[in-house]
Amino acid sequence: MKTKKIELYSKFERFWHWTQGVLVILLGITGFEIHGSFRLFGYETSVRLHSAAAWAFLILIALAIFWMFISKQYKNFIPTSKNIKAQINYYISGIFKGAAHPTKKTKLDKLNPLQRLVYLGLIILVFPVQLISGFLYMYYHYPNKPVELTGLETVAIIHVIGAFLLVVFLIVHLYLITTGTTPLTNLKAMITGFEVVEEDEELIKNQV
Amino acid sequence: MNSRGKSFLVSLLVVFILPALVIYVIFSFYGKRPDQRAEVHVEFSADHVASTDHSEFEILQKEFNAPQEVTEACISCHTGRDDEIMASAHWKWEREVEIPGREGKVSIGKKNLINNFCTGAAGNNGSCMRCHIGFGWKDKSFDFTDSRNVDCLVCHDQTETYLKKKGEAGMPATPENASLQFPVPNYNYVAQNVGLPKKHNCGICHFYGGGGNNVKHGDLEEALLSCSYEVDVHMSSDSLDMNCIDCHKTEKHNITGKLYSVSSENKNRATCASCHTDRPHMDRILDEHCFKVACQTCHIPKYAKVNSTKMWWDWSKAGQLDEHDQSYAETDADGNHNYLSIKGSFVWDDNVIPEYYWFNGTADHYLNSDTISEVPVKINTLFGSYEDPTSKIWPVKVHRGKQIYDTENNTLINLKLFAKNEGEGAFWKDFDYDTAAYLGMKYNERPYSGSYDFIASEAYWPINHMVSPKEATLTCTECHSRDGRLSGLDDFYLPGRDYASIVEYGGIGFILLSLLGVISHGIMRIASRRKIRSY
Repeated sequence: MKTKKIELYSKFERFWHWTQGVLVILLGITGFEIHGSFRLFGYETSVRLHSAAAWAFLILIALAIFWMFISKQYKNFIPTSKNIKAQINYYISGIFKGAAHPTKKTKLDKLNPLQRLVYLGLIILVFPVQLISGFLYMYYHYPNKPVELTGLETVAIIHVIGAFLLVVFLIVHLYLITTGTTPLTNLKAMITGFEVVEEDEELIKNQV
Repeated sequence: MNSRGKSFLVSLLVVFILPALVIYVIFSFYGKRPDQRAEVHVEFSADHVASTDHSEFEILQKEFNAPQEVTEACISCHTGRDDEIMASAHWKWEREVEIPGREGKVSIGKKNLINNFCTGAAGNNGSCMRCHIGFGWKDKSFDFTDSRNVDCLVCHDQTETYLKKKGEAGMPATPENASLQFPVPNYNYVAQNVGLPKKHNCGICHFYGGGGNNVKHGDLEEALLSCSYEVDVHMSSDSLDMNCIDCHKTEKHNITGKLYSVSSENKNRATCASCHTDRPHMDRILDEHCFKVACQTCHIPKYAKVNSTKMWWDWSKAGQLDEHDQSYAETDADGNHNYLSIKGSFVWDDNVIPEYYWFNGTADHYLNSDTISEVPVKINTLFGSYEDPTSKIWPVKVHRGKQIYDTENNTLINLKLFAKNEGEGAFWKDFDYDTAAYLGMKYNERPYSGSYDFIASEAYWPINHMVSPKEATLTCTECHSRDGRLSGLDDFYLPGRDYASIVEYGGIGFILLSLLGVISHGIMRIASRRKIRSY
């Protein structure tokens, strides 16, 4: 089998990924402190860090969306039904038998169908819900115009649901990155940008 | 540099340095409260410099035979001031007010309200009306239209020698009843040394309401005459040494500020914001609290910081006499009475953590025309709720107790407590509740059935004084935590305190499931890899 080394993740993409990663972790820790789950930085410090991290996160997401459109990388997140069964089968059985990954990576097709679904869900659902509920939480206090928002309850509960989903995402994500060719393959790729991929033109053509 | 080295540096930059920089900026610029001092806009009333020397006025040199003659002398120059005073609540002991939920206007005040301390002033004039700013309101015959009855000196005395005698309904001692403790005032000396009211002028009544220092308010007591910065940042003798009227701004004898134990309307209040503005923190997050939280809530974390205040008063225990049929007193470890035959049993406390309630500046009261509709009886009710945009969370002293009520008419009873002599039917002399109730109700022109018992009651006193230094201000988690100070105020969602159980358990369950999933998946992968290798 012929292989070649390609730049899978661009400089911006890696910057986006790791900055988003640390911001989500910081938002999670400070957010759950504000929620009363534990004490760490101190309540007031957590509130201030959470607000600042939220702004940083908003700016980063805006940059990422801009980048996705000019680089056409948004195509990576368009869901596909192709291979989805194969991918599920791989995780529930193939992986234990040493089977090959059903999805081959290319620059414009670096995500498997399950990743596409989950990441799209994050980008169009969880992040917007967290950002909108979060900024309402921060700034939309006690008014009744243009819409009445009696208290923080609804906003806060939606925000907490989003937070729990992100914790679960983080756990599963951290585990699944170990399922590459070797346990560290995916991590290395996200750091260096490069990954050794199969040079099987046929397979790649069929995939898209 | 070769391409490998370059790509390493680029990776280092985008993967580590830039994300770390973002986090560094967040922590170093936004992790702390900005250190900015807010502006304060203050004009101290008491900084006023007297424009005249009263000791040079001839009219104040003459011999005064009665305190009313001093008043005549005052208003011979200060014309019209008597009318200002006689329009004030300090004189009338009542105000015409509209109370939410009640039809029309009612006239209420110390003159006619019932409380759960000594039950009420009316009928006990000799003792209670010592704190009226007049001379001799000993019964209903007192002439509220006679300006000679106004006592100018009690508020304007700067010599601290002007005292009113106990039991004389606001009269100073006369040559006939003078004592060592209460001599006849030296009217010339006092009148020649008048000035703007100082703390001791206001405090002589407002510190001792309810029959002793700090009995009623909890946040107003004689320690404020000379206290440390920790007790009160405004009145401390170590710092600003402010006087009452520096905040309770006064124009034409109309003093701003009032207490909702006897007041009802959201008018003429003294506010922190008048000096500190309504956005005093130079910080958005803290300032936004002002929408819903009164300044007092965070800045007065506890009250009765020096001397104790009365928290509980049980009248049902009163009247027990010793083996010689004499009334007696028992004292607790701090030297406060916990039993008096004349008054019943008490609980005192110091450094008290307030209770917290929504309050919009309006209050209801148990009027003497009301019947009891709930137990404990609410002597006064502070209106407010989270939903009401004018309400804020306030610290409140709640004075609880048991007091006498008419079991047939279902009404609270005014007691006749004070009389000079035994046999006049006053409880403090004769210890007969039935007679005291009969006479008290008769004076107040209210029906009394002859059968009485004792019922629990609560009075709500918002806390306003004893503002702590900023270092002692409430911290976030005093309220923003599962069992914080606001745990009883549950009509709204408070971050850090509240959560939806289903989301909480569902979320934690989902996290545990995902952990279980990845751990078992990982174990199976490791196990299967060994198997594959061993083939």
